[in-house]
Amino acid sequence: MQAREIIGTKEFHLIIKRLAFQLIENHSDFKDTVLIGLQDRGIHLADKLGDVLREMKPDSEINVGHLDITFFRDDFRRSDKPLKANKTEINFVIENKNVILIDDVLFTGRTVRAGLDAMMAFGRPANVELLTFVDRRYTRHLPIEASYVGKTVDSIAKDKVLVEWTKLEGQDRVMMYSSEKE
Amino acid sequence: MEGLSVDHLLGIKDLTIKDFQLIFKTADEFKEVINRPIKKVPSLRDITIANLFFENSTRTKLSFELAEKRLSSDVINFSSGTSSVKKGETLVDTVNNILAMKVDMVVMRHPNPGAAAYLSKHVDAKIVNAGDGAHEHPTQALLDAYSIQEKLGEVKGQKVVIVGDVLHSRVALSNIYCLQKLGAEVMLCGPATLIPKFAHTLGVKVEHNLRKALEWCDVANMLRIQLERQDNKYFPSLREYVMQYGMNKQLLDSLGKKIVVMHPGPINRGVEITSEVADSDQSIILSQVENGVAIRMAVLYLLALKINRD
Repeated sequence: MQAREIIGTKEFHLIIKRLAFQLIENHSDFKDTVLIGLQDRGIHLADKLGDVLREMKPDSEINVGHLDITFFRDDFRRSDKPLKANKTEINFVIENKNVILIDDVLFTGRTVRAGLDAMMAFGRPANVELLTFVDRRYTRHLPIEASYVGKTVDSIAKDKVLVEWTKLEGQDRVMMYSSEKE
Repeated sequence: MEGLSVDHLLGIKDLTIKDFQLIFKTADEFKEVINRPIKKVPSLRDITIANLFFENSTRTKLSFELAEKRLSSDVINFSSGTSSVKKGETLVDTVNNILAMKVDMVVMRHPNPGAAAYLSKHVDAKIVNAGDGAHEHPTQALLDAYSIQEKLGEVKGQKVVIVGDVLHSRVALSNIYCLQKLGAEVMLCGPATLIPKFAHTLGVKVEHNLRKALEWCDVANMLRIQLERQDNKYFPSLREYVMQYGMNKQLLDSLGKKIVVMHPGPINRGVEITSEVADSDQSIILSQVENGVAIRMAVLYLLALKINRD
């Protein structure tokens, strides 16, 4: 297993700030906009962006929710991974709102597909955008692209890209784990 | 894969603490799902489930059926009253005929103890026991324990008294196994004729005085008097039973503490408990019903993960 840092702590925080500015550019006061992070790791990015936005826009109400997609996955009984459910917390209405779906890594696009389905159980949003911290290029199984991208990286399918957080892994950074050198 | 340790849900006896934790955790998430505007998830959309009820049931059947539909599975229903069982077909034949129609899971209630375990050895489908005679009713015990955990924070260390017709109750036996495994203390209370003779082998206390039992407990699970199962007279009259073992508001208020009142339903109002108690804020009867759907969704979902796909 080879580990390589692809985004360091300094760049990590810059990217978050830039994403927050991009969101403000399009959604100004967030009156009709809500943030929904996808479980399990997308929620940390959603929470972080929520905090940053609240700091930048102290007068706006920033709604951040967590959405679990386990029951909407398309690999039920096909995957060896445990399909363990996580918490869903959406304490606001998404009907007619602009929803920004947030996940840390955009890889095959299947999680986002499930996320879109899961989200629809809560209402019919006016429109939906996708924000991702890391966009893994050329790995998509579905025609899904992000509206906001932190950084685009090239990787092969066997690699694992992990967005790490201080409260979980001890440091804010993005790592790529490759099984073996080709 | 870290899933359930069992391939079928036949009884509480077979489950481990980890299984309980996994089922409860999954039920938490399903409880949130069934409170959404759209209460349905697509997880089991390629699974067909047969509900085989060889004995009458209204709420268990409804609860299972709702759980199955909320998971998007296809459901077929069967009740013995209107079937070939009356014509002399055996259990295995009946079930195999149904399985020939490509059914993946079977939810079965049967009057004979051990029927579900027997079936699991002879047919190729995941079996969920929805009550086998006076033996086990695992999903009821799970939902009872889950409801206690929800109300009181945890099951461990709680004192639970099961009152009434323990002898004829499959709820009682599953509840005893379940609560004990989760670290609760269990007491049985009722007239000596309705407490099984083997009670002492279960590691439970037995008390024949309702007031003393209620003073001891944190939770009282009031069982229904199963008049339909009682071939002998087990007590002189219903009136006398009510006087000695019926719970009323006055008794409840005189305990000097707030105990939680449960009932697996259907209630004989004015027999096991009065309407006032059933509708009081100490009663969690309706949360039990809601939790029943969430628990059954969790059990079906976790067992479906074990179905081989070929």
